[in-house]
Amino acid sequence: MIRRQLWRRLIAHIDPVLMSGVGLLLLTSLLVLYSASDGNWLRVLSQGTNILVALVFMWIVANLPLHYLIRTALPIYLLGMLLLVGVALFGEISHGARRWLDIGVITIQPSELMKIGVPLMMAWYFEKHEATLTLKNYFIATLLLLVPVVLIARQPDLGTALLILASGFYVLFLAGLSWRVMGVLLAAAIASAPVLWSMLHDYQQHRILMLLDPTQDALGKGYHTIQGMIAVGSGGIFGKGFLNGTQTHLDFLPERTTDFIFAVYAEEFGFIGSFLLLSLYLFVIARGLIITANASTYFTRLMSGSITLTFTTYAFVNMGMVSGILPVVGVPLPLISYGGTSMLTLMVGIGMLMCIETHKKLVKT
Amino acid sequence: MKRQVELKNHQREIYYFRLRLAVSVGFALLLLMTLLLRFMYLQVIRHGHYQTLAESNRISIVPIVPNRGLILDRNGVVLAHNFSGYTLEITPSKLLDLDATIDALSGLVQITAKDRKRFKKLLVESHDFESLMIRNRLSDEEVARFAAQQYRFPGVEIKARLFRDYPDSDITSHLIGYIGRINQTDVDQLEENELAANYRGSDYIGKTGLEQSYETELHGTTGVEQVEVDSAGRAVRILSRTPPISGNTLVLSIDAKLQEIAEQAFGKYRGALIAIDPNNGEILAFISKPGYDPSLFVDGIDPQSWDELNNSPDVPLNNRALRGQYPPGSTIKPFMALAGLNYKIRSPSYTISDPGYFTLPGSTHQYRDWKKGGHGSVDMFKAIVVSCDTYFYGLATELGIDNIFEFLSRFGFGKKTGIDLEGETSGLLPSQDWKMKRYKQKWYAGDTVSVGIGQGYNLVTPMQLAYATATLANNGVSFRPHLVREVRSARSNENKLISVQPGKLNIDPAQLDLIKRAMVAVTQPGGTAAQAAAGAPYQIAGKTGTAQVVAMKQGESYNADKIDERHRDHAWFISFAPAEQPRLALVVLVENGGHGGSTAAPIARKVFDYYLLGIIPKPLADEADNGDSQHD
Repeated sequence: MIRRQLWRRLIAHIDPVLMSGVGLLLLTSLLVLYSASDGNWLRVLSQGTNILVALVFMWIVANLPLHYLIRTALPIYLLGMLLLVGVALFGEISHGARRWLDIGVITIQPSELMKIGVPLMMAWYFEKHEATLTLKNYFIATLLLLVPVVLIARQPDLGTALLILASGFYVLFLAGLSWRVMGVLLAAAIASAPVLWSMLHDYQQHRILMLLDPTQDALGKGYHTIQGMIAVGSGGIFGKGFLNGTQTHLDFLPERTTDFIFAVYAEEFGFIGSFLLLSLYLFVIARGLIITANASTYFTRLMSGSITLTFTTYAFVNMGMVSGILPVVGVPLPLISYGGTSMLTLMVGIGMLMCIETHKKLVKT
Repeated sequence: MKRQVELKNHQREIYYFRLRLAVSVGFALLLLMTLLLRFMYLQVIRHGHYQTLAESNRISIVPIVPNRGLILDRNGVVLAHNFSGYTLEITPSKLLDLDATIDALSGLVQITAKDRKRFKKLLVESHDFESLMIRNRLSDEEVARFAAQQYRFPGVEIKARLFRDYPDSDITSHLIGYIGRINQTDVDQLEENELAANYRGSDYIGKTGLEQSYETELHGTTGVEQVEVDSAGRAVRILSRTPPISGNTLVLSIDAKLQEIAEQAFGKYRGALIAIDPNNGEILAFISKPGYDPSLFVDGIDPQSWDELNNSPDVPLNNRALRGQYPPGSTIKPFMALAGLNYKIRSPSYTISDPGYFTLPGSTHQYRDWKKGGHGSVDMFKAIVVSCDTYFYGLATELGIDNIFEFLSRFGFGKKTGIDLEGETSGLLPSQDWKMKRYKQKWYAGDTVSVGIGQGYNLVTPMQLAYATATLANNGVSFRPHLVREVRSARSNENKLISVQPGKLNIDPAQLDLIKRAMVAVTQPGGTAAQAAAGAPYQIAGKTGTAQVVAMKQGESYNADKIDERHRDHAWFISFAPAEQPRLALVVLVENGGHGGSTAAPIARKVFDYYLLGIIPKPLADEADNGDSQHD
C-alpha cells in the first residue's frame, strides 16, 4: 500500500506519453551506441549513467512548482552570462576554441547552460511585460538573446550560437513578434551576410563551402560528409543489419558515437529504420506541441513551445548534416548521441515540458 | 468593464498564439518531411550508388604478381630465373628530409654513389607515395642491422622481392635482353593493348631481347585478392583469392655451351655470330659482341653507367646480329652465281679471261679485281673458290638489277627474317624503285656492277645472311629462324612446341649442287678459307667476304697497317657443315677483322668442331689475331 503510494508520488509529474517517446529514444541510443562503439560495453554503460543522471534531473525539474521555474530564469541567465564572460577572458582552449571554463574540480561549458537559460530568460521577460507589450519589449528581448549568442559565436562555437539564436527566435515568434518586423530582420540578416561571412573563422568558412560541394575535398574537410552520406545511402531500404554496418565497423565513419551516430543507425537499419526514428521524433515533438497548446500561462506557452521547436531543430540539423544537406556544425542527435552534457540539457528541457503539463491545473485554479 | 477588456484581450492573445503554434506545427512537419525525402533519396533512389561507394571503401583489390617464367637453353641450362632477396625501400612522401635519411641509412647499409644516383633518377620518374628502392640484394647481415634500427626510419622498410637474374649474362645479353621498371611509355602501350589490368601490381616488364618479345608468355596472369580493409587501409580479412598463374617457361633452341664457345672464339674482336640448324630454322647460337651487363638495367640504370655504355666506341648496346647492317661483300657471290644459273645468264662452263679489272661497254672506268693482274681463265666454280671479282662484275651487269632484286629477295635479302626477337632491321636490297625513291635518280649500269660483289648499295644483317645461308644449305627449303623451341606452361603440361612451316624456293638441284661444291672447294687447299678448315674430318662449305668500312679512291690500294683499326674492313664468313648433309649453318662477322678467311673462318671452325665433334677449344686469348696473308 505504502509502496504504491510512493510510486504514485514518484510518477505524479511524469507525463506518460512524453516519457514513452523519450524512453524509446533513450533505448535506441544504448542500442546504436553498442554498435557504434564496436560492442564496447563500457561506452554503453557510461551512456547509461549519463541517462540516469539526466533522468534524475528531469524528475526534479518536472516536480518543481511552476513559480520556482519562473524564478530560476534570472539567476540562470545571469550566471550563464557571467560564465560566458569568464570563458572569454580565462577559458580553456581546446581544439582551437575557448569553450570550457575550468573551475577547480570540473570544467563546464557555459554555452550549454544558455541553451536553457536564454529562452527561459526571454519567456520570463515576456511574462513580466505580458499586459503591456510594445515593440520596445521585443527589442529588449532580442538584446537578451543576441548578447550571449555573439559571445558564444566568438568562442568560436557557431553551431551552438545558431541553435541558441533559433531557440530565442522561437520565443520571439511565439510571443507574437509581428510578421513585418520579422521580414525586416530577415532582410537585414541577408544584407549583413557578407559582413558576417568575413567575420567567420577559416574553418567555419570551409565547413560552409564544403556543404556546397563536399567532393571537392573528399579526403580533407569533405570526408565527414561524404562518409556519412555513403553510410546512410548504402543502408538501403532494410539496412545492413545490427552490427553489420561496414562504414561503421571498418572505421570509415568519423565521430560515430557522437555527432554521426545517425549514420550508424541509418546504415544498419536502413530507410525503414530512418522512417521509424523520424516517427519517434515526430511523436515526441507532437506531444511537446500539444503540451504547448494546452499550456495555461504566457510563460509556459513560450517556454514549452521554444523547447519543442528547439528540440525539432536539433534533430533536423543533426540528421541534415549527416545526410549532407546541412554543413557539419557539431550538433548531437538529441537523446541518442553519446555525451553527458547535451543529454542533461535536453532532459532538463523535457522535464520542463512535463512540469508545465502536470502543473497546469494547479495554476488554473 | 475593464475586466471584460482584459478577458477579450486574453482570448485574442490565445487566438494569436494558436495561430503561431499552427505555423510552428507546419514548420516542424516541414523539417521532418525534408529529412524523410532526403533519406528516401539516399537510401532508396541512390542506394545503388552509395552501396558501390561503401563497397569500394571496404574492399580493396590486391593484385598478386605472378612469378615470371624462366628461360632455359635447349638442354635445360637456366639463362634467366628469379630469386628472392631483400631490398631497402623508401617512400619519399613519408619522409621529412630525404637526404638526411639516406645519409643516416648509409651508416647501416652500404649505399654507394651509384645507388644514390639511381634512386634520384627513380625519384624523378615516380610518384612520391610509391615505395622506391634505394638498395637491392641486401646481405643477411645488412637486413639484421637495419631491422634493429628500423624504428628510427619511418617510411623506410625492407621488402622481400623476386629479382630477375641472368646467370650467363656475359654471353646472352643481346639474346635474352632484360626486364626493367615499367615506365610511362610501357603503361601507354599496355593500355592500348588492353593489358593494363594484368599488370596491376607488376613493377617490371621486358625491355629488350626475348624478355621483350615473349613478354606475354613470360609475365603470367596476375592473381587477385579481395581484402576487406578499414579506413586506415589495414587488411581485416581476405574475402576471396584468385591465385596468380606463373609465366610460361621458354625453352630456347640455343645451346648455351655452343654459345659460350662461339663467344670465346671471338677473343678481343667485336662482331656477330649466328648458328642455325638449316633443317628447321632453330638458332643454336646468337652472339653480338661486345655484350653488356643486363642487371644494370633491371632497377633503372644509374646515369654514369648509362653514359659509359652509351658512349663507348664499341657500342655494346647495339645488337649487331639483329640490327647491324653491313655490306655483304663476297659472301653474296654464291647467291649471285645461283641467280646467273637460274636466269641462264651463265652456264657452269662459261669461262672468262680475267685481266684483273672489268669495264662497262663504252666506258673506261676500271672496276678492279682484288687480285692485281687477275685470276686468268675463270669459270663459275673457280670464280667462287678464288672469289673472282671480275667474273661477278660481268655476271651482275648481264643479270641486271631487276633480276638480282627478284632472285635475292627469294633468299630473304632486303626483308626481315621474322626471327622471334623484336627490333630486327631489314637491310637493303637495292632496286630501281628504291633508288628513285631514295635519291630521285634512275638506276645506272655502274650501280649494278658493284652490287655483283656485295659492295654497292646493298646492306645485310648477320641474321639475314644466316637465314640465306641456311636456306642454301637446305637446298632451297627455308625455315623462319627462331630462338624459342618450346613454351612450357606453368599450370599443367600444356606445353607448346614451336615448329615452323618450310618454304620452298624451287631451285634446280643441279645448280645448287654446283654452288655447294664450289663452296666446299673454298675451304680446300687453294680456296680462300683453306687454312681455317685444314684437318677437319668433315667438309665445310663456306664463303669468305670483306665489307669495306671506308671507300677507296680509284687507283688507291688497301693497306691494313696504314689504316686506323676502326676503319679496317669487316670480315665475313658464311658456311655450313657437314657439306653433304648440313647440320649447322653459320655466319660470322668480325668487325674490323680484315679478311674473312683469316679472322672469321677460324671462329666458325671452332664452332663446327664443338657442334659436330664435341671438341672444346683451349682457352683462346690472342688466337684470333690476324697474322697470315690469306686473302679474301
